[in-house]
Amino acid sequence: MAASIYLNVAVSGLLTGLVYGLMALGLSVIFGVVRVVNFAHGEMMTVAMYLAIVAFNAFGLDPLVMVVPLAGVLFALGYALQAGIINPFINRPEHSQFILLVAVALIIVNLLLIVFGPDARNVQTSYSFDSFALGALIVDATKVYAAGVSVLIAAALFAFFRFAPLGKAIRACADNYTGALVVGLDIKRLYALTFGIGAACVGAAGAMLVLLIDVTPALGPAYTLLAFIIVITGGLGSMPGALLGGVLIGLTEALAGLLFTPSAKSMFSFGLLVLVLLFRPQGLLGKRA
Amino acid sequence: MTHISPKHTRAGISRRRFAAGAAAGGLLAGSAPFRIARAQAGALKVGVLLPRSGAQASIGQDCQRGVEIAPAIFKELKLPELAIMNADTETNVEVARARAEKLINDGAQLLVGAFDSGQSTAIAQVAEQKGIPFVINIAAAPPITEQGYKFVFRNFPTAPMILSDAFANQKEIFQAAGSAPKSVVFMYVNDTFGTSMHQGISSVLPKFDMPYKIVEQIAYDATARDLSVEVAKAKATGAEALLMVSRLNDAILITRELIKQRWSPMAVLSMGPGWYEDQYLKTLGKMSDGPLSFVPWYDPNKKMSKQLEAALARAYPGINLNTNHVFTFEALLVAADAFKRAGSTDPKALADAIRATHITDNVSIGPGIQFNEKGQNDKLKNAAIQNRGGKLLTVAPKLASNAQAELPMTAYDKRA
Repeated sequence: MAASIYLNVAVSGLLTGLVYGLMALGLSVIFGVVRVVNFAHGEMMTVAMYLAIVAFNAFGLDPLVMVVPLAGVLFALGYALQAGIINPFINRPEHSQFILLVAVALIIVNLLLIVFGPDARNVQTSYSFDSFALGALIVDATKVYAAGVSVLIAAALFAFFRFAPLGKAIRACADNYTGALVVGLDIKRLYALTFGIGAACVGAAGAMLVLLIDVTPALGPAYTLLAFIIVITGGLGSMPGALLGGVLIGLTEALAGLLFTPSAKSMFSFGLLVLVLLFRPQGLLGKRA
Repeated sequence: MTHISPKHTRAGISRRRFAAGAAAGGLLAGSAPFRIARAQAGALKVGVLLPRSGAQASIGQDCQRGVEIAPAIFKELKLPELAIMNADTETNVEVARARAEKLINDGAQLLVGAFDSGQSTAIAQVAEQKGIPFVINIAAAPPITEQGYKFVFRNFPTAPMILSDAFANQKEIFQAAGSAPKSVVFMYVNDTFGTSMHQGISSVLPKFDMPYKIVEQIAYDATARDLSVEVAKAKATGAEALLMVSRLNDAILITRELIKQRWSPMAVLSMGPGWYEDQYLKTLGKMSDGPLSFVPWYDPNKKMSKQLEAALARAYPGINLNTNHVFTFEALLVAADAFKRAGSTDPKALADAIRATHITDNVSIGPGIQFNEKGQNDKLKNAAIQNRGGKLLTVAPKLASNAQAELPMTAYDKRA
């Protein structure tokens, strides 16, 4: 096969991986601070995808334009979920948290089924079929836009946690819970904000992903699993790790499909996960416990 | 000594004998008419199993349209009433099996379904075990009717039948168009249907001396959300045409990738569903024109086809008549016809009646509906159809056609 096909597939995998990375970033943020594993992560993203479709079909609003509003809606949803339901479970055994969030996930999937039905839905924008040609390299325009926005959002999030007073306060909670209490930080509110921020990430990722794939209510669990693979590979609680994990998984799936058999793409993602767990269990950029 | 009255010894019927005879007569009168009355009273309970949710949901729901327009036509034909019990297989083999069992426990006297070969295989096992007739509407995997089952019937062509007709129709189209691809890349969905079609193509193709060679075979996951790698791989082969076995969602995904990756094959030759479905036409608009689908289809010249088309247009305006409607309708036609001839809901009587089916006034292409010793209608013929302007035109075989094929198809970047 010509070298150009490897380049085309690698670039495509990289771009998709950046969107995956944004999705997984939300999960990493939530776990890194609140220490709750959000088993409803993919389902929340599916909600964002459906909202993007409704906004597009009803009002002609492009998903690229809807990134910020959808992130806002999911922020509110995440905040309310944490403050109202998850907070009492913070100090309970992990299996209780797991069951709670799995239940939330199932409720979301079934609500979506009731409201939207089982048929796959998508948005068909004016640029859905566009691509950029740079010599032998042909790049899907929607992937470029989605990846670009994902990188911008990830950069904004990094900047928030590094420079903003609120971001620093959230990091303080994650680094030293007792210390944060002592200095008078409102932990509950910060936890709720963090969950909201994580949900906002997944909302933005959903707005981007709807440009790339069709959505069905059953998509949620698959993407929850994908998010887990990414954050475990990258390092649970590590934000750069989530992005790196996303890119690695996107590349792995793309190149495995090209070099071996496309129907076994997922096998290689799981294979990578197993290797990481065996040789670097804290994840590629994670810190040892 | 007890005196025995002469009247008790007289010849003739004693009170005891009379009472016994009356009881016997009552029993007979009670049971025989009751059996007849039970056979004719009420509709035949038909369990219809379709994938109404999951990856095949839209196709299952499309099949359901064939169920819903049947009653009015059956009434005109003076066929008996069917009481439909709907069930959802959720596009899952184990769920299909469980739902079949539940339907039978709930009183279903005949089963129809289930679009998918894997799910139909599971249901066939249950039906055969329980001795309930099962009429398959759509499922192409050959093994289903190779198990020696006595209660399983299929009015749908097997993969080898579809393929034989497909290659014959392709040759007819290439000859009429005066052009043919020299190389094709074969992409197929990696599920029961796709793999059986793949095996079938490998065994049937050499017998047909086609003008093209298969340069690469690419299998892809049935639930794939992104087929960019697969299409990139297919494009890299340099093949002139695409030979496809896919489903609806993948057909849409693949078409989008063909456009984005700037590859307009000379032809898309589809050996299965997806490329002619209404959802495909609606989603892609003018980009949906061109693919040739080689599929079990209806004969547009048959009287019942026109009836079915009119009924569908009334109930669902804007929906094209297709394989899903036709074969689901015909499965129920088989059930109603058998029930009428059997005069009974007894499963064995129904199965015997189905085995003796000979319906010539039907919809699908071919001499009609009849089953061989394996329960297969081996007389069915398949068509070639092409998308054009949102409509589906039958371009082969000549006897059942209403248009000529456009070959090569217009390049995607040249469509206004």
